Amino acid sequence: MASSGPVSAPVADLVGAFTPAVFARHINANSTAHAWWLERKRAAYARFESLPMPSRTDEAWRFSTLAGVALGGYAPSPEGAAAATPPALAVESAATLSFVNGRLSGSSPVSADLAKRGVVVSTLSDALARHPGLLREHFMAQPQKLGSAKFAALHEAFIQDGAFIHVPRGVEVDKPIVVVHGASGAGAAVFPHTLVIAEDNSRVTVVDHFVSEGESRQFACGANDLYAGHGARITYAAAQCWSFETLSLQFNSTVVRRDARVQSLNLHLGGRQARHESLSQLQAPGGFSEMLALTIAAGSREYDQRTLQIHQAPNTKSDLLYKNALLDKSRTIFSGLIVVDPDAQKTDAYQSNRNLMLSDDAESNSLPGLEIQANDVRCTHGATSSRIDPEQEFYLKSRGIPPKAADELLIFGFFEEVLSRLESEALHDALRTLIRTRIQS
Amino acid sequence: MSSLEIKNLHVSTGDKEIVKGVTLTINTGEIHAVMGPNGTGKSTMAKAIAGHPDYIITEGDVLIDGKSILEKESDERAREGIFLAFQYPSEIPGVSIANFLRAAIQARMAEGEEIDASAYYKRLYQKMDLLKIDRKFTARAVNEGFSGGEKKRSEILQMAMLEPRFALMDETDSGLDIDALRIVSDGVNSLRGPNLGILLITHYQRLLSYIVPDHVHVMIDGRIVKSGDKSLALELEARGYDWVKHEFANA
Ligand SMILES: Nc1ncnc2c1ncn2[C@@H]1O[C@H](COP(=O)(O)OP(=O)(O)OP(=O)(O)O)[C@@H](O)[C@H]1O
Ligand SMILES: [Mg+2]
Repeated sequence: MASSGPVSAPVADLVGAFTPAVFARHINANSTAHAWWLERKRAAYARFESLPMPSRTDEAWRFSTLAGVALGGYAPSPEGAAAATPPALAVESAATLSFVNGRLSGSSPVSADLAKRGVVVSTLSDALARHPGLLREHFMAQPQKLGSAKFAALHEAFIQDGAFIHVPRGVEVDKPIVVVHGASGAGAAVFPHTLVIAEDNSRVTVVDHFVSEGESRQFACGANDLYAGHGARITYAAAQCWSFETLSLQFNSTVVRRDARVQSLNLHLGGRQARHESLSQLQAPGGFSEMLALTIAAGSREYDQRTLQIHQAPNTKSDLLYKNALLDKSRTIFSGLIVVDPDAQKTDAYQSNRNLMLSDDAESNSLPGLEIQANDVRCTHGATSSRIDPEQEFYLKSRGIPPKAADELLIFGFFEEVLSRLESEALHDALRTLIRTRIQS
Repeated sequence: MSSLEIKNLHVSTGDKEIVKGVTLTINTGEIHAVMGPNGTGKSTMAKAIAGHPDYIITEGDVLIDGKSILEKESDERAREGIFLAFQYPSEIPGVSIANFLRAAIQARMAEGEEIDASAYYKRLYQKMDLLKIDRKFTARAVNEGFSGGEKKRSEILQMAMLEPRFALMDETDSGLDIDALRIVSDGVNSLRGPNLGILLITHYQRLLSYIVPDHVHVMIDGRIVKSGDKSLALELEARGYDWVKHEFANA
């Protein structure tokens, strides 16, 4: 081998633990899968291998701790320990799927009635056999525009399995469908995935719940695709409760068709360093995407949220509200962009990032942005950071409420504006309870 | 019987002394009214006793049953039985009255003990009915968008729920219409008894004809300059504060 030529990064830095040999083993272990699936995986791995790691000069990674996303020391999707049945969310559900390290560990099916009407809640591997067309059309079909093309490729290369939810035209599922993605074992790398396809005029609520078994160091590299057909309505909630040693990278893509409405709420309650990228594409008139997020940042954790609201058609609406509560020495980054295409007149776009600082040592960074090419639009964006009002704190304490409980009440008070947007009271209560357990842990 | 002793209390904020040596003992079962011109330090005294961090006690002591409470944080003082009904209550967006009071009651319970939710609501509704507060208020955020009078009523509701030994009521009558004054006074009178001592800060004799005090004190420029019985309030109403100031200056 010649040692001349341009100096490139050592391969180990580019792929970390996810070497070609490891990938070859992964493919061998899954050799019976659909040829199309394996082909995609190979192409994805090639992309992963060739794309550079994020660098200092990368605008999409501004303020992020790059050392934290190094990929060494993980093992992709080891068989999960049988004992790892994660705790369920306290909400009545229409169906559940539970995965541990990407493998199905339990499920409860939809009712006979919903099944008869064609509602499918299954694994991606089942869907690959039964609904290949739908998978080809919607699985990771949208562009990665927010900086993590490399990690999205890694996700696609190593994905073991995931949730597939298909609601046919006009069918309404009242109760939420709950998907639990568990990670088990020190050093486990998991690639959770949830694909939701809501056909025209259907209605569905899906909850993703991410949990670690124990407090070990793990790597979660997940994605979810939401597709809302004409007049469809999706409510999506994700509760990220990975261990506080976990690196979490999560990519969301939402496609909103004519008169459809998607409401998504991401709760960031876990992880050592967690990055969440969310892309909403408003593709046809009347589409509405409501993007909500709540983060509790404590310790020395970092939460990095990157969003993109793209208005591709006239009369579309997007409304983003991300709220972070920062304690201790935590850091948050919010970078949001609203893009309005030239013919997307009468766009109504809103973007707001609010940070509640409960500590002088915490740091919040906000980078709101607009890129507007139409002239008749209403776009507003803003970011605020505020401290807890000492008079409010004194008021609570003067009632005998200890400082920790007072902070908790004020955090909930701060979050309520977002939580109250959920239509379902049961879901609202279940998520509140979950937040409370995480705060107290 | 319990006692709240305020001994030679001096309170400063920044480097300005506001309360300049107040001595006063309130026993449970008693009501002490404190009257005095604007800006003489009445609220400052009440907030300092409740443990507000902006007010520094530079001299003197505050004791419950002979034990100083000054080393305790405001929340501990509250759990010891001090309650401050604020002149200007804070708004707490997003926190419902029901959840707020629950947290306050929970804080008074032993570790691991849980509130009986149905008993709690029963009691809450009973107190609300007494104070003629619409039950829908439990779901509203604490004081947010409340009218002046509603805020004051909500303070008394909290007092009724938390059952303090010593209540410092700072101008609870201001902002109340005539009917509300009656309702709030009835509410306070119903709480009155051998287990509650009240320090009632007010500008108006009218309140004192509903809630009849055992003692009336006049506070001027950070000091209590005159004390008497309820007739003192009537005299102040008729003659204003100037004569007390003169009397004090000449003493
Ligand atoms: N945090 C503070 N910083 C600076 N000055 C203060 C502060 N709090 C009170 N003061 C001042 O201390 C003095 C006494 O105020 P305080 O509110 O105790 O009066 P008060 O007797 O309750 O009056 P009122 O009858 O108008 O309610 C006033 O001059 C006020 O401006
Ligand atoms: Mg005052």
